[in-house]
Amino acid sequence: MNNTKNTEAERLNFMEKLYLPEIAKGLGLTMKYMFKPKFTRQYPEERFEPTGSYRGRPVLVDTTGGERCVACGLCSRVCPALAIEVQASETEREKERYPVKFEINMLRCIFCGFCEEVCPEEAIVMSKEYDIVFTSQEEAILGKEDLLVPEEQLQDRLEYLAEYK
Amino acid sequence: MPEIGWILVEAGVKAVFIVILILSAAAVSVYAERRVSAIIQLRLGPNRVGPFGLLQPIADVFKLFWKEDVVPKAADMGFHRLAPVISLGIAIAVYAVIPFAHYIEIGGTKYYFGIAPNVNIGLLYILAMTSVSVYGITLAGWSSNNKYSLFGGLRSSAQMISYELSMGLSLIGVLMITGTLSLNEIVLQQSGWGWNVFVQPLGFIIFLVSSFAETNRTPFDLPEAEPELVGGFNTEYSGMKFGMFFLAEYANMATASAFIVLVYFGGWQIPFDIGLGAGSIALALVQFAWFLAKVIFFILFFIWVRWTVPRFRYDQLMNLGWKVLLPLAILNIVITGVWIMIFG
Repeated sequence: MNNTKNTEAERLNFMEKLYLPEIAKGLGLTMKYMFKPKFTRQYPEERFEPTGSYRGRPVLVDTTGGERCVACGLCSRVCPALAIEVQASETEREKERYPVKFEINMLRCIFCGFCEEVCPEEAIVMSKEYDIVFTSQEEAILGKEDLLVPEEQLQDRLEYLAEYK
Repeated sequence: MPEIGWILVEAGVKAVFIVILILSAAAVSVYAERRVSAIIQLRLGPNRVGPFGLLQPIADVFKLFWKEDVVPKAADMGFHRLAPVISLGIAIAVYAVIPFAHYIEIGGTKYYFGIAPNVNIGLLYILAMTSVSVYGITLAGWSSNNKYSLFGGLRSSAQMISYELSMGLSLIGVLMITGTLSLNEIVLQQSGWGWNVFVQPLGFIIFLVSSFAETNRTPFDLPEAEPELVGGFNTEYSGMKFGMFFLAEYANMATASAFIVLVYFGGWQIPFDIGLGAGSIALALVQFAWFLAKVIFFILFFIWVRWTVPRFRYDQLMNLGWKVLLPLAILNIVITGVWIMIFG
């Protein structure tokens, strides 16, 4: 746009230069906004319910036959923040490898979801949990017992992964 | 006890009431500010402390009391301490002459609502006191030994000079009509709907705009312009010293609102006859409520404007003060003078 009117005096017409009518207009606008519905979500009472595409706290899928994880260590390998530690061992079951130790340091985790993406067994997925609170650094390192979540609770995410991964 | 003693006792009791009233009004208007700003911005604002968040001001003040009071090493200690005291002290001192209602008569003695509402220089006293309050801000800016604070202080004094003039001149129109400086007298002359705002609309607008500048409220809050000056004059203040500036700002807002109501909107005068005898306690309380309602309206108006209008640039402010408001104020005086000459 070729605007040759450079100074304030040139840009404004007489009514605008009087300021007051424009200020009254503005006051009218803010008054209108006072009666509009509010956007605030009152958090602890009204919670945000994420959809399947949400990347919350990473968890291990717990099926009826124990965890799906075979302790291949790919997640720990791909983790850019070095948050995951896996130690494998063997069992008598059909899937003979399982993790004796599976730790995620939630102070390191950046919720990138690479672990989930790289996992060949769909054993580690991102949950919907987003209010993750710790009172000490030790507490932030989640062991296997904290990470295992029943498969039923993760249905949304598993369906999402089935469709898009 | 001699009579002067009783007068002092009466004034003292009133002073205690008024100081409590002003400080709680300031605290409540902080709550109102946060709530109004929130609903304008489609938020809810503080609603957790107490019912509807009404106890939020108490929590705020309590927090300020427990905060560490950090003073810069190179600050001028004496003035750094004095500045918030001046600000808040002056803001409260103004109320000495403000009549909250007319009077109650007990046993033939008239007790006026206000410490000295009948003093014959009331208007002048308020103007003088509000001008002195700029010292608090300027001293705060200077004694902090911080360039942003100093800028804030300087801006405040420059702003004061440009607006005090048009404010005083716009009041002269009212003075020419009423012929008195006593606030109670001015209020009495506006009985019924004979409010000065209908007689002096131009003067009222000038006075209103100047009041915004006087109280350092947006669009004229240049002394504390956060984006450019960090916090302006109160950058180096923390804890209750900052709290005193904060309360002073809101007390000043209440003062300006009360001043506007007294001079232009009929003060405590009830515009219709409600059938209560003059001097009765009931009438005085109704007058007080009526006065308070108008003051609250103007406080809300101040808040409403703050969340509507952006801050003026420094040169725009000076232009408005000297090139627009001052000539208009003089014009107002001339028109009033001619009007009185022809019709008075």
